[in-house]
Amino acid sequence: MQLLSEIWYLMQKDFRLEWRQRAALNGMLLYVGSTVYVCYLSFVRGGQLPAPAWNALLWVILLFAAINAVGKSFLQESRGRLLYYYTLVRPEAMILAKIAYNVLLLLGLSLLAFGAYAVVLGNPVQDVPRFVLVVALGAVGFATALTLISGIAAKAANSNTLMPILGFPVVIPILLQLIKAAKNALDGLDASPQPLYMLGGLSLLVVAVSYLLYPFLWRT
Amino acid sequence: MKNAWWKVLTVVLLLYTVVMGLLGHAPRLAILNETIRNLYFHVPMWFGMTIILFASVVYSVRYLRKPSDRLDVLAHHTAVTGILMAVLGLATGSIWARYTWGTWWTADPRLNGAAVAVMIYGAYLVLRSSITDEQQRARISAVYNIFAFCAAIPLLFILPRLTDSLHPGAGGNPGFSKYDLDNNMRLVFYPAIIAWTLLGVWITNVSVRLAFVKHKLYEKQLA
Repeated sequence: MQLLSEIWYLMQKDFRLEWRQRAALNGMLLYVGSTVYVCYLSFVRGGQLPAPAWNALLWVILLFAAINAVGKSFLQESRGRLLYYYTLVRPEAMILAKIAYNVLLLLGLSLLAFGAYAVVLGNPVQDVPRFVLVVALGAVGFATALTLISGIAAKAANSNTLMPILGFPVVIPILLQLIKAAKNALDGLDASPQPLYMLGGLSLLVVAVSYLLYPFLWRT
Repeated sequence: MKNAWWKVLTVVLLLYTVVMGLLGHAPRLAILNETIRNLYFHVPMWFGMTIILFASVVYSVRYLRKPSDRLDVLAHHTAVTGILMAVLGLATGSIWARYTWGTWWTADPRLNGAAVAVMIYGAYLVLRSSITDEQQRARISAVYNIFAFCAAIPLLFILPRLTDSLHPGAGGNPGFSKYDLDNNMRLVFYPAIIAWTLLGVWITNVSVRLAFVKHKLYEKQLA
């Protein structure tokens, strides 16, 4: 119970910070908007994109948005503030709060990106509710896999280049499942839920490992 | 010399693997022909890599429970040996694919998984080299090592089995064990696994000792 209330306070703190320094939030929104528009400018003259290319492009946009958004989550904490948290909460609460915050942030960001993308570049999706579910699961998967990575990268010297290097290999298994599930929903044909179960399982695995490992990372 | 018996065993088993692997009896199968002998080289290298990377994770877990320089050096050098064996496994697999599939590389789920697993450990090395403080480097890279291993396992062993794959043993393609691994081949295959794993242990052993000697020399220069 104590853990839950600590998580709740830390999440509130993160959201309040995000709301007060709206530069970060607006930056991410603008990032998503401008990438979608650049795609529109570079592709739309050739007519409607073929469905596999449409799908791949969407996931590339979502992946980079996720890496940018999650990468900040530990970088923005100053050293002194981390020490202050150290005296107040336990590390498990810290990492779970960060994961939950990133999940919510990415859920909003991905759904918004999908909406903008579908409006601007056309929407070939046959089974929209299933596709939205896949996008939501993708946001959860990216957020869980990248949160601990951003904590690791924040400790190193060149954390900005380290974040994608460490993050990509870990995200790729999730991305492969996502593209497959998204392609199924796009065609509206194969309704097998197996990739979705895999995604849920991978996210759970990553959350469990983060929960176990973060206390060691925090002490440094 | 008392502790050298396993090195003798390694040399004997490796010689046995190479000689029997190249000269021994192999079943005549279409398409595969003589390339079936790659079973003695490619497959045991991946077995050895998995065992050695698992050892690296065990050292990392032990480091986090009770930090010491020794465990950090061991985890680092076992991971490097694991990468070496993964690269060898990729190379032998690539040559095999050239003669059976007609191409060096295809976008097959199992091949992709293997390539990404190598990338994960490449990232481990980059992470190590980008932190200067020794204790911090040891602790953070131990955390990443465990995390990366947990992420790589589904990639190598679970995801490829769920999809169609050209690779033997997946997606309706028979594994060697089902139809074509006759008992003559088993007589070479099982020793080959032990031989390549022991070779990995030996390489690690030498590089770890070299690292310790360098460390001692460095401390002497400081004193």
